[in-house]
Amino acid sequence: MDSWRHHRSAFWAAFTAPTFWLVVFFLIPLSLLWLFSFGEKEGITGINISWTLKQYSRALDPLYLGIFAKSLWMAFLTTLICLIVAFPVAIAIVFAPPKARLWLLLLIILPFWTNLLIRTYALIAVLRTRGQVNFGLEWLWDHANSFLTLIGLGSYNLLGADFEPLGMLYNNTAVLIGLVYVHLPFMVLPLYAALDRLDRSYMEASFDLGAGHVRTFRSIIIPLALPGIASGIIITFIPAMGSYLTPDLLGGTDSQMIANVIERQFKSANDWPFGAALSFILMYVTFFGLALRAVLAKREGRGGKIT
Amino acid sequence: MSWMKNPFKRNTPTNPAGPLDYYRKLWLRLTVLGTLFFLYAPIANLIAFSFNDSRRNIVWRGFTWKYYEKAWANDSLMIAFGNSLTIALITTIFAVILGALSAYVMWRFKFPFKAAYEGGMALPIVIPEICMGVAMMAFFARVNWPTDLTYPFNLSAITIAHIAFSFPFAAIVIRARLETFNTELSESAQDLGASEFQVFKDIIVPHMKPGLIAGALLSFTLSLDDFVITFFTSGPNTLTFPVKIYSMVRFSVTPEVNAASTVLIGLTLILTALALRLQNRDKELPIV
Repeated sequence: MDSWRHHRSAFWAAFTAPTFWLVVFFLIPLSLLWLFSFGEKEGITGINISWTLKQYSRALDPLYLGIFAKSLWMAFLTTLICLIVAFPVAIAIVFAPPKARLWLLLLIILPFWTNLLIRTYALIAVLRTRGQVNFGLEWLWDHANSFLTLIGLGSYNLLGADFEPLGMLYNNTAVLIGLVYVHLPFMVLPLYAALDRLDRSYMEASFDLGAGHVRTFRSIIIPLALPGIASGIIITFIPAMGSYLTPDLLGGTDSQMIANVIERQFKSANDWPFGAALSFILMYVTFFGLALRAVLAKREGRGGKIT
Repeated sequence: MSWMKNPFKRNTPTNPAGPLDYYRKLWLRLTVLGTLFFLYAPIANLIAFSFNDSRRNIVWRGFTWKYYEKAWANDSLMIAFGNSLTIALITTIFAVILGALSAYVMWRFKFPFKAAYEGGMALPIVIPEICMGVAMMAFFARVNWPTDLTYPFNLSAITIAHIAFSFPFAAIVIRARLETFNTELSESAQDLGASEFQVFKDIIVPHMKPGLIAGALLSFTLSLDDFVITFFTSGPNTLTFPVKIYSMVRFSVTPEVNAASTVLIGLTLILTALALRLQNRDKELPIV
């Protein structure tokens, strides 16, 4: 690596353009938002930067604290479900034959590359009242009913007089399904990376010494894969908490998450300083998570890092 | 290629399973299959019903192209599609150039506050999309960015924001490629009298090429897939594909949306396949 001093012209030629773009079209907008968060609304469009903490204290209102708590809770549940589902998947992929492993990894990653909006829309089509899931349930219901009629129980209406489609959309469950659907690959990849690095002779030794699968999993796999688990938890939790589209399209009136409130401040409610303060609270939580991940990775000596 | 037909059946009858053959455990396979079903069934359903000859979108009534024709004839949808492709194309060009330059700087030079600089470059990748979206919205409103320009300048705000979040991604991919560069090559070129610029142009850029292509495909896909940042930076008169689909989805599920989505999925798949082919030449895992 060269010192920039010895190659000044080459350094500046390469340094200037990307730095300009980052500063002008990213850091300045972010700083502007930060300034707004200490301001107050003046008239319809004016913002007076008065260095007040009013906007942040407004965020402590039980209503908004509740929405923050809800976002954290939804992100927590999403992370938990993803962890439970992704762990066996990651184990199966790690121990698969090399070629199948590559294909399975590809299949897990591929949805990442598909437009988030389209994936959410695909979920809507499946979950809505007249969607495929209800269609399947109705089919089951019909057959169960004819079976009951066949064995002479048809007149009791054991399954109800008519098939009632499940209302699976526009509620918290739908948001949770959507969040898991979107974030599952975020969890599989770091777990896969951690398990792939794991020295298998430890597991063999554990089996040789008489431990079963459960014991080996608890005492060998989990402790050794801990950095990967921590990494997976954090990189699933952070984007899940800041989700905008999923709660917006799949959720009902009580499924608002923090990003939806921020959006409302900037669009319909037109209260930019408050929206800016909420954005920065969300960002601080994100930075806290990332710092935690860095500390954990450092303490373990090897990062469960995957980019 | 026999494993492709049924990767789960291989060798099972002959070799007894060892303790580490977790891949052969039935419940693990079922979990994998179930997960893949969960991930792909909605998308497969969406694609299948874009060809279904029924508006109700639920029972198969025969194959048809008519929703593709309808989507094709839908002017605002086509304009939105064209706008999105324009944005993605311009974003790709800028993101690759800026990404290559910043990757080069971070790979080659030591300079003061380098760690902070690298952190700043990672920032657009890690902050929540919504925060970047509203920051860009506030910025363009504050500087009074004109919204009534003609094509393609009416897309400038969105494109600028897209470049800002995609060039750091391109930089990561390109820098990974640069790490494999043998510096003896550039040193001997300089010994033979090549100027700094000649070394960059004739030795480093050719070496970067797979990284540049992978970075380009990544930026294109990122730009095409983005909804949140586009949503906040698009002016009242600019329509992009995700924003258009968003407004259609809010009203109802229609086969036209399925058809348009299928086209976009197909486009993304082709680009991903290309990127993977190029990356596999470098024997790298297809992980981004």
